[in-house]
Amino acid sequence: MELLTLHNLTKTYENEGVETRALIGASFAVKEGEFVAIMGPSGSGKSTLMQILGLLDRSTEGTYELAGINVEQLSDDELAILRNEKIGFVFQAFNLLPRTTVAENVELPLLYSEQSYGNTKEKVDQALLSVSMEHRRDYLSNQLSGGEKQRVAIARALVNDPDIIFADEPTGNLDSKAGLQVMKILQTLNREGKTIILVTHETATAEHAERILRMHDGEIVSDERVLERRNALDATDLIK
Amino acid sequence: MKITGPLRIAYNSLLSAKLRFFLTVLGIIIGVAAVIMVMGIGASAQELVLSQVKKVGSDLIAILPGASEEDGPPASAFGIVTTTFTNSDLQKIRERSNAPHLLAVSGYVSGNATLETKRDNREVSYQGVSPEMVAVESVDISAGRFFLADEEKDLSRVIVLGANRAKEFFPNGDAVGQTVKLKDTPFQVIGVLEERGSTAFSSPDDYVYVPLVTAQKLLLGINYLNFARAKVDDVANIERSRADVTALLRREHDLDDDEESDFSVRSTAAALGALTSITNILKYFLIAIASLSLLVGGVGIMNSMLISVSQRVREIGLRKAVGARPQHIITQFLIESIFITLCGGIIGIIFGIGLTFVASLIIIKLGYEWEFFVPPISIALGFGVSLVIGLIFGIYPALKASKVSAMEALRYE
Repeated sequence: MELLTLHNLTKTYENEGVETRALIGASFAVKEGEFVAIMGPSGSGKSTLMQILGLLDRSTEGTYELAGINVEQLSDDELAILRNEKIGFVFQAFNLLPRTTVAENVELPLLYSEQSYGNTKEKVDQALLSVSMEHRRDYLSNQLSGGEKQRVAIARALVNDPDIIFADEPTGNLDSKAGLQVMKILQTLNREGKTIILVTHETATAEHAERILRMHDGEIVSDERVLERRNALDATDLIK
Repeated sequence: MKITGPLRIAYNSLLSAKLRFFLTVLGIIIGVAAVIMVMGIGASAQELVLSQVKKVGSDLIAILPGASEEDGPPASAFGIVTTTFTNSDLQKIRERSNAPHLLAVSGYVSGNATLETKRDNREVSYQGVSPEMVAVESVDISAGRFFLADEEKDLSRVIVLGANRAKEFFPNGDAVGQTVKLKDTPFQVIGVLEERGSTAFSSPDDYVYVPLVTAQKLLLGINYLNFARAKVDDVANIERSRADVTALLRREHDLDDDEESDFSVRSTAAALGALTSITNILKYFLIAIASLSLLVGGVGIMNSMLISVSQRVREIGLRKAVGARPQHIITQFLIESIFITLCGGIIGIIFGIGLTFVASLIIIKLGYEWEFFVPPISIALGFGVSLVIGLIFGIYPALKASKVSAMEALRYE
């Protein structure tokens, strides 16, 4: 079943009368449980695409359905609720709140949830357990290493049990070992059924996905299955 | 959204910028403390002034030269000398047939002069009064006697000392019978008054008293009175007596029906009313000035919150990405600014009470019958005003924060 369906999605920015087309006619679908990488050099439009898919931005043309909902019709508040319930984000720069504990960072999406939060602590603990960060629960975010921060960020993305996780260059600020660990977590989550969309400019990272969309100058130029998928779970190839 | 979330965030973000937080709330602290002090000290001062007037006695009426509004200050308060109130007026008032409810009436004149003894000389205030003064003001004599009726008429050079003056000039307590010089004129000390404590605007224990006519003729060279006081037999007859005296003096001064009186007859109650309205104006004026610093403090809060918003763009962006709606962001920043101003308000209230207490100690030490008092309304006001300031001056930064674009905030570094 399709979780995301895009049809002819286009984004045009206008700045002082000059029009820039960051995304041109993107059409594809992502099935539930798929692990898709969006690749391309910087300026290719992959971040714009991810922001629209992640409901942080709106397209100027075309249609986008997320979990059967046509998002063009939704108000900003409705988009925020949808982001909260259906989507988890992992960013290159982690974006943890400084001087705040690991548990409080992970709890953040629950603060804005429409659902009851009676079992907040269990949800947070469960999310931390799935990224093996339960032992750092009460640490402040600035006491963690880069790899640990990214794992906490993944826990935060997971805590609301979203349908899909968007990871925007999640290994970009990490050394190869920590990066591999992050990919291992993402692959594990995918194996457990989570849909994952990974944005990266590194082929080696992208090859952890099962499908790669390549972008160039705002257009999707290829959409291919990964034939020899990298497996972070045995974790030897990246370290070499 | 849980309320503890934003509160904890506010607390954390304030802790992370302690100095800025302190400087930001300083304006609120000073403003609230100033309001509490002004209200507390103002209320005590008002109470002091009113109690002193009450001490003079609520069964008294005063006759003052010059017209004045019922609840306004008398002409003499502006330094205007009126000479239309004379000894013959006083004599008429004294006749019981004219004003049957008056028990005793005394005229008053006053001046300053040097009082000399063999060992000492210093500047004193003196009052020329009628022999009835002791009855009017209910004064007791601690040694000797007061003037006799005859002594008022024949320019007797006798003097009665207030308790403090007697102690100063005659520490051995042997004042009665001594000769002193007032304005180079020798006077015989015939009595010393009991200590009375201070009353409205003056300390009668610091005065010396000479017969009215002696003061007028020998010391001042005038033939009018500054004012007169009369004791009424019953408080219920105050208005009646005021009317009696007014009618009498109008007749005496030959005034037509359409002419304004050139004197005023006041009761202590009316004086209380006048004083209350004057001190109220003063009090509200001071509160208004103190409130200005709260306004300045509020602008400081707004400035600080705007800096905070611009420093936390990424945080706001992230919150929006994980599902915060504009209203959540507005609530969070409003809670932060209200938290800051409430902290400032509470510290200000504590400081204000403390400073009021210290001020009271100093005032008591200076010899006033002062009561330490902080009106509960001032605490409620300090609390409420700081809350409102947090709300008003926090709205703009909060709206600004809510408009931060998540996408732009989370762009790559």
